[in-house]
Amino acid sequence: MAMYNGRSIVTGLVLFFALLTFPFWYGLGAAPAPEPDLNTPAIQKLVEKKCVENREFMRANHMELLKEWRNAVVRTGNRVYIAGDGKKYEMSLQNTCLDCHANIPPKQVKTTSNQLSQVQFCNSCHSYVGVKPDCWTCHIQPKEGR
Amino acid sequence: MQRRSFIKIGGFCALGLGALPVARVFAGSNQTKYAANPEALPGKQWAMVVDMQKCWEEGEPDCTDCILACHQTHNVPDIGSVKEEIKWVWTEPFENTFPEQKHAYLAESVKGKPVLVFCNHCANPSCVRVCPTKATYKRSDGIIMMDYHRCIGCRYCMAACPFGARSFNFRDPRPFIKEVNGAFPTREKGVVEKCNLCEERLAAGLVPACVEACKHNALVFGDLDDPESAVRKVLRARYTIQRKPDLGTKPKIYYIVS
Repeated sequence: MAMYNGRSIVTGLVLFFALLTFPFWYGLGAAPAPEPDLNTPAIQKLVEKKCVENREFMRANHMELLKEWRNAVVRTGNRVYIAGDGKKYEMSLQNTCLDCHANIPPKQVKTTSNQLSQVQFCNSCHSYVGVKPDCWTCHIQPKEGR
Repeated sequence: MQRRSFIKIGGFCALGLGALPVARVFAGSNQTKYAANPEALPGKQWAMVVDMQKCWEEGEPDCTDCILACHQTHNVPDIGSVKEEIKWVWTEPFENTFPEQKHAYLAESVKGKPVLVFCNHCANPSCVRVCPTKATYKRSDGIIMMDYHRCIGCRYCMAACPFGARSFNFRDPRPFIKEVNGAFPTREKGVVEKCNLCEERLAAGLVPACVEACKHNALVFGDLDDPESAVRKVLRARYTIQRKPDLGTKPKIYYIVS
């Protein structure tokens, strides 16, 4: 099979793909994945350091879990989550998740000026991967001195 | 390979691929994941009787305990201007609350008196009919709920509600909340909000905050479907009226005015 201008076409293609994939290989190893900080008073007090489900599930599916919780609470009025291990939790971002994952539980917050834009635990990964969930425009998060 | 056997194999492969999602559904655990709070108050049709006679006669003239309790519990901001005001429960003059009762020779006992008003949690709610995203809907216990996650701020519900029970967040409400209740969310700019009959308190086994706050028990809360409930007892014993009953929205808030 004859190919006209084969050399320049192949060179062009190689250059094109090199430029296209530039952001990927340029960023390789540049920013290490963050390790979310689990050092809060509530977590330190836990005997068994376990979230509502296991760590791998929470890492991969916390957003799905939160969405299911939201729909269960708001749309069907069910407020208790029965975890895989049979333990029961109140389904509440503000009153269950943040009881552990924030330095100060939101329940103890008294003013809205006492707030940051993001909870550090959530934000460490979300800013790394560039997602901006809008949870905190309504749900109250405490100010954290970290 | 024969054409016939190739098609056979192909057919079996397609069947296998189709069976995979079906198998996944059946393999999934059928353990129940969600449950209602066992402490939640049981009720099929929540309603309230507002005894304004008691409120006028026994209450102090400037008492706002019920309003304060509600607005503190639910992080309702005090914007400070009538135009952008946010309110879940407030007062209106008698003539405006019950326009069909108004005439030139009204009794002194009601003339110009403030009446406590809030969402009527109608059995036939016009706001729910018009909401394009089902952000506002009727729960099985009759509470008209707002799902703020879904609200797009179109304000159809505000136009539809004949009681003015809904407020729109024209700006971020947070700077206008003096003391925050950290256990309850705030709202954000661009959503409509209203009374939720304290559904979060009912789920925890508590009566609504306004009912609890009233020192004179002028607010009676209960289940319309239960003939022995506090609400039904009052409704049997006293003459009660409703706001704009002729509109057919079937309000579930009843008033005692004389």
